[in-house]
Amino acid sequence: MLKVENLHASVGDKEILKGINLTVKAGEVHAIMGPNGSGKSTLASVLAGNEKFTVTEGKVEFLGENILDMPIEERSRKGLFLGFQYPVEIPGVTMANFMKLAVNEHRKARGEEPLTAAEYLRLMREKSAIVELDAKLTSRAVNEGFSGGEKKKNEIFQMAMLDPKLAILDETDSGLDIDALRIVATGVTRLHTENNATVVITHYQRLLDYIVPDYVHVLYNGRIIYTGDKTLALKLEAEGYDWLINNHQER
Amino acid sequence: MTEDRQDILQELETSDYKYGFVSDIDTETIGRGLSEDVVRLISEKKGEPEWMLERRLKAYRHWLTLPHPEWAHLDIPPIDFQDVIYYAAPKPKKKLGSMDEVDPELKRTFDKLGIPLEEQMALAGVAVDAVLDSVSVKTTFRETLAEKGIIFCSISEAIKEYPELIKKYLGSVVPYTDNFYAALNAAVFSDGSFCYIPKGVRCPMELSTYFRINAEGTGQFERTLIVADEGSYVSYLEGCTAPQRDENQLHAAVVEIVVERDADVKYSTVQNWYPGDKQGRGGIYNFVTKRGLCREGAHLSWTQVETGSAITWKYPSCVLLGDNSSGEFYSVAMTNNFQQADTGTKMIHIGRNTRSRIVSKGISAGRSQNAYRGLVRVAKGADNARNYSQCDSLLIGDKCGAHTFPVVECHNPSAVLEHEATTSKISEDQLFYCNQRGLTTEDAVGLIVNGYARDVLSKLPMEFAVEAQKLLSLSLEGSVG
Repeated sequence: MLKVENLHASVGDKEILKGINLTVKAGEVHAIMGPNGSGKSTLASVLAGNEKFTVTEGKVEFLGENILDMPIEERSRKGLFLGFQYPVEIPGVTMANFMKLAVNEHRKARGEEPLTAAEYLRLMREKSAIVELDAKLTSRAVNEGFSGGEKKKNEIFQMAMLDPKLAILDETDSGLDIDALRIVATGVTRLHTENNATVVITHYQRLLDYIVPDYVHVLYNGRIIYTGDKTLALKLEAEGYDWLINNHQER
Repeated sequence: MTEDRQDILQELETSDYKYGFVSDIDTETIGRGLSEDVVRLISEKKGEPEWMLERRLKAYRHWLTLPHPEWAHLDIPPIDFQDVIYYAAPKPKKKLGSMDEVDPELKRTFDKLGIPLEEQMALAGVAVDAVLDSVSVKTTFRETLAEKGIIFCSISEAIKEYPELIKKYLGSVVPYTDNFYAALNAAVFSDGSFCYIPKGVRCPMELSTYFRINAEGTGQFERTLIVADEGSYVSYLEGCTAPQRDENQLHAAVVEIVVERDADVKYSTVQNWYPGDKQGRGGIYNFVTKRGLCREGAHLSWTQVETGSAITWKYPSCVLLGDNSSGEFYSVAMTNNFQQADTGTKMIHIGRNTRSRIVSKGISAGRSQNAYRGLVRVAKGADNARNYSQCDSLLIGDKCGAHTFPVVECHNPSAVLEHEATTSKISEDQLFYCNQRGLTTEDAVGLIVNGYARDVLSKLPMEFAVEAQKLLSLSLEGSVG
């Protein structure tokens, strides 16, 4: 599904990703952890195609195609979804309208007809139930005046609407209370199938109680310095990153 | 609305100015230039009574004494007023009894513009006084309106048929002495609309007029007069599109609205005159004077969406003369490429307990310059006047300019005046977010801009709101790289 090879990326003169290697297969869940400033969010942004960052070296293959020169919207239509750490507000544009446009762009890319108003409303009702999103929120402006929890639920709602092949969730758990965390994490789990893959970026083990990862990667200083299974997250929660970083530096 | 949104965004893919065609109609024009003889000729061609000619000549003589106004934040190239054609009309082909007799070419032009002149209009509830160039060609549903005593006709016709009303009201809100372009218009106005709503009558349909410049090199001098008598209500729509051409065209319209005691008038405009090409060549120069006078308890609401014209100079205003009267101004002004706009409003509080509300949304893209100019004046006797002004600017790109010139003159200490202003840019984060959901940057900008303008668009009648949304998106084409 996703194959990242020796990916280097910088913002201005500053190199942030210094050779990332990562392979994600269909049906898998990967967790990326690591201390602040290690490059986790940058990795997510670069994979989605954010032009703030310049890719200086390496390769990213998504569904067998090199996507580094692909516009952001085409990556999206191809099935790459990014759940934002800080969802952006778009005043005056209702969530329903925004998603309708997005869903239909995705359909157009697949050669499908746009949804009728009735079909769309049905889809929206069905998908908003997955994250227990208040139906009223879809008639409000995109993320405007949403609480932290609502914003994150709204990200997963959009993921459900767009049904991506690969979802990269950037700290979807940050700022959530325990109930909201459970709802969001359960939603993500429900959307997971044999045919898609999920990459969750997180600081906390508690998310991984719900979304059980097949692999846990530790990102430090622009590189993945360690990969383990779900028990690694527990160990990190208990002991922090120092032992890994020290090991890494000794090597 | 969501259905329409889809169409709007699909239309973004079409590129050039949509209404850029010139229809090939047999047009009668008079020579270039302006003189007393030309004023006499216009009046004669229109078969006007002597008193009207006298009014025109008075205005013309006054105009000669006026300097061209230079105070706006506009770079106006020198206009050679002797190089303008002041009158053009489709040649009359005898009196027309039905739609079938209308010049087929003219009909096709209307069809291309999507103006529904036929029976289905009754279903749509819209009566149209279609103005092609200068002479009104056909007025529909006058009978329906006549039953209620409503008069809706061309101003030329009104001059002949309702001289008492015209004598009483024409020039009563915007006198020829008002400003340079008002004087010019008073001298040479070719046609326009007249509307009279009798006492206590609620006009049963939206009244709309479509203006269209058609003959090459012809200035358009529209004159509109709306009189809402005591306790009446009318919603009036004005929309315009013009064919693409290279040479600049002068447009100086005057709109006067008299809102008598307890009457209510809603005036909506979508302005889409040819804005010039991407290099700033051509385009309409649009110098408009619009003003309404509110008597006791009267209410006037202006809503405008301005996307066209190379130069826009326009300040729809409310004179709140009567006690407890109120005025509103909702505006979206969008400029792209080399367009320049200096637009806003004047709220003149004279009566007691008068209220006004201003919501202005400027959008600048390309290398355009967009200025909001507003005046809120509270006269000495205007006890308890209230004004709320909100004045926002949105910048797209870094080569355009947004300017605001809000002026408050308050001569009464009991007034409560509020002013809010914001300036924002479409952020990279917003675009990235939209892109990541599968929208192209152009679609994203159209969406964000329509969202930004929503407070104003929502004030428009439905059919206009849809057209306005399309215009905003279309006008932004090529503004983002």
